Parts: sequence; C-alpha cells; structure tokens
Amino acid sequence: MARRPEHSAPPEIFYNDDEAKKYSTNTRIIEIQVEMAERALELLALPDDDESRLILDIGCGSGLSGSVLEDSDHMWIGIDISKSMLDIAVEREVAGDVILGDMGEGMPFKPGTFDGAISISALQWLCNADKSYHNPHKRLLKFFTTLFSCLTRTARAVFQFYPENSDQIEMVTSQAMKAGFYGGLVVDYPNSAKAKKYYLVLMTGGAAELPKALGSPEEERRVNYIKKRDACREARGKAPKKSRDWILAKKERRRRQGLETRPDTKYTARKRSGRF
Amino acid sequence: MKLSTYNFLTSMAIKGVKVGFPLKLTINKKEEVESEFNPTFIERLLPKLDWAAIYGAAQVAELADDIPPTQPENIGENELLLQKLHHLLFEIDVLEGQLECPETGRIFPITDGIPNMLLNEDEV
Repeated sequence: MARRPEHSAPPEIFYNDDEAKKYSTNTRIIEIQVEMAERALELLALPDDDESRLILDIGCGSGLSGSVLEDSDHMWIGIDISKSMLDIAVEREVAGDVILGDMGEGMPFKPGTFDGAISISALQWLCNADKSYHNPHKRLLKFFTTLFSCLTRTARAVFQFYPENSDQIEMVTSQAMKAGFYGGLVVDYPNSAKAKKYYLVLMTGGAAELPKALGSPEEERRVNYIKKRDACREARGKAPKKSRDWILAKKERRRRQGLETRPDTKYTARKRSGRF
Repeated sequence: MKLSTYNFLTSMAIKGVKVGFPLKLTINKKEEVESEFNPTFIERLLPKLDWAAIYGAAQVAELADDIPPTQPENIGENELLLQKLHHLLFEIDVLEGQLECPETGRIFPITDGIPNMLLNEDEV
C-alpha cells in the first residue's frame, strides 16, 4: 500500500507549493476530488427546493470541492491549514471565501451559521499528533463541538476520509457522538479495494436513518440469488407437469410430428369444475 | 475576504474568550468584485446577520451612508436596501487588513484576501 501522506509531514508542510500545484493541474486528482465532493453533497440531503444555502467546506484546499457547491448554486466558506493550497484557490478565483485555520483549534464561526458542512479527505489528518502539545482525542472533540455549534439544527455534516484502521474510525465517531452529533459511517463499495470510500455522516437534529451506501453487499447478494434461481429454472427447461405450458408444449410437439391435435383455445388445460 | 464572512467570524477558539464577536475590522486594501444578486438568499441570511457588526463594517468600508444604524423592519420588501446589503456583503473583498479580538486584543492578519485564524500553542 502506498505511504500515507499523514505519516510524512503535518498538513501545512506536506501541502507545499509543489503539492498544491498538483491539485490544479493533475486531472486524475481533480476528477476524484470532484466525484467525492458530489457524493458528499448528495449525502448532505439538502432540501430539494433550488435555494442557495451556506455550506462550510472543511479542508477546502484549492477549492475543488467548492466548485461542486458552486455548480449547485450554493454559497460556501472554506477553511484549510495550508496557505499554498489557499493561494491556488484565490488564484482560481473561486466564489467562496477561504480562511486559514486549523480544524483542531475549533471552527471560528458564530453559532447557527451554516446549513451544512462537507469535508473531503481531511479528517484523517486530525488523527495524528503533529506537534508535541497535540492530543488527537482533544483536538477531535474541540473540532466536533465547535462544528456542532456553528451548524443550524437541521444541518448535516459529511466527511469523506481515509481512516488508517478501525481504531481511528472508533476514535473519530466516539468524539463526534460526544459532541452531540447523531449518525454514523457510510461505506461505498465496501468490496472494492480502490473504489471503497468512507463517509462519516453526522446529523445535528436527532437520529435519522443513514443514507444507503453505494454497492453495498446486501444489494449485490439479493441480485445474485435471483439470477441464480432464474438460471436453475432455465437449466431444467421444462414447465411443471399438467400445467398449461406443459400441455401446450406437448400439443406443439404432436403437431410437429403430424399427429391429429385439437386446436389451442382458452379451454386448453382449464380445470374442470367440481360438479363433474 | 468578503464582509459576509466577516459577519460570521469569531475569536471564540482562543482559550478564555467567551463571545469573541464582533472582531474589530481594519481595512488596508480592498477591491470591488461583481457577484450575482440573489434577493431570496439575502433574505434568508438576515436572521443570521448581526446588524451592529454589519453597520460597523460598513463604516470601515466607507459605505455607512448605505446602511441604517439600526435594523429596519420589513427589509424583505425594501429591494433597494437589499441591493445595498448585497453590495456590502458580497462585493467588497478585503485584500489586506486585520481582525482584532474584542476581548484579548489578539490580531488576526488578512493577507491576499485570506484571514489567518491560526493560533499559537499557548492560546489553544
């Protein structure tokens, strides 16, 4: 497996000018980021009324995910720790405002500001202690509590992230629940090594049903079994005996053999009434 | 940074700060940008605006004549005021300046239009 960027350097150092440039030139990176942002926006489940909403983009980077929000006519404010990435965003003249800030220090916004929040590939950075005074648990809790307060009471927050192991998932979700969020993890394409994506869907206003993951195993299994049963039936190839299909097939065969056969009518293979 | 964003920013993240709002705005360099006027969005934004902070920002941006000092009623029907609000909130881009925490006096610089809200170790 490729080396994880979180292990090489803290985000404000890893995303230097060279790395930031990739996010404006590398079409593959752009494509993946945009795709994940679109899915995150779908999971946000904003009311379908064509109205602009104010969305927070956490770890907005060069504003790729922000452009997805713009395409859906939403206003957005982005926050990121890498100045180089934000410079690219300003250069690209994105419509949203960007702020230099650290997730782990809390969200610097007034209560009830945003109608939703998305975050693409950022949350895993918070699981590491990059400085001697960092405590991932405390930083996560501070992040989630301040995020909870700056969202409206019907808002959702969707995080696409790359957890390193199940302990990290546990750490992140437990801190989010502690901060007052409801929700959980949606795993898209769980059986694929490459397409598998983790989305943490958090809700502020009470527990609601989690959205369905794409390519979930239950869905696939159901489809498989139906196919199998149909295949078995086809393999046998014969209709059950004394059924209408069976009789019609038999008459057809006799006709092909040139034997005398009564014509097919609506009375063919019909059950006699009980009176007879 | 647009002034709409300024209306939402606080310095609450600093240890010991209770409200941290409104931040004191200083503008050294600003630019006017164009943005599409969306009256319904502004109307929905109204309850989230802090009028005193907006008026303060308008004074700093030298647009105080456009904005009344107290929030008038029925803004939704006042198309002209909505347009002026839109201009103030979305078409003034602060490129260089600073934000000052009202409680601790901590300065957050704004460079290239990006406010720097990063804190030091002892402030978290």
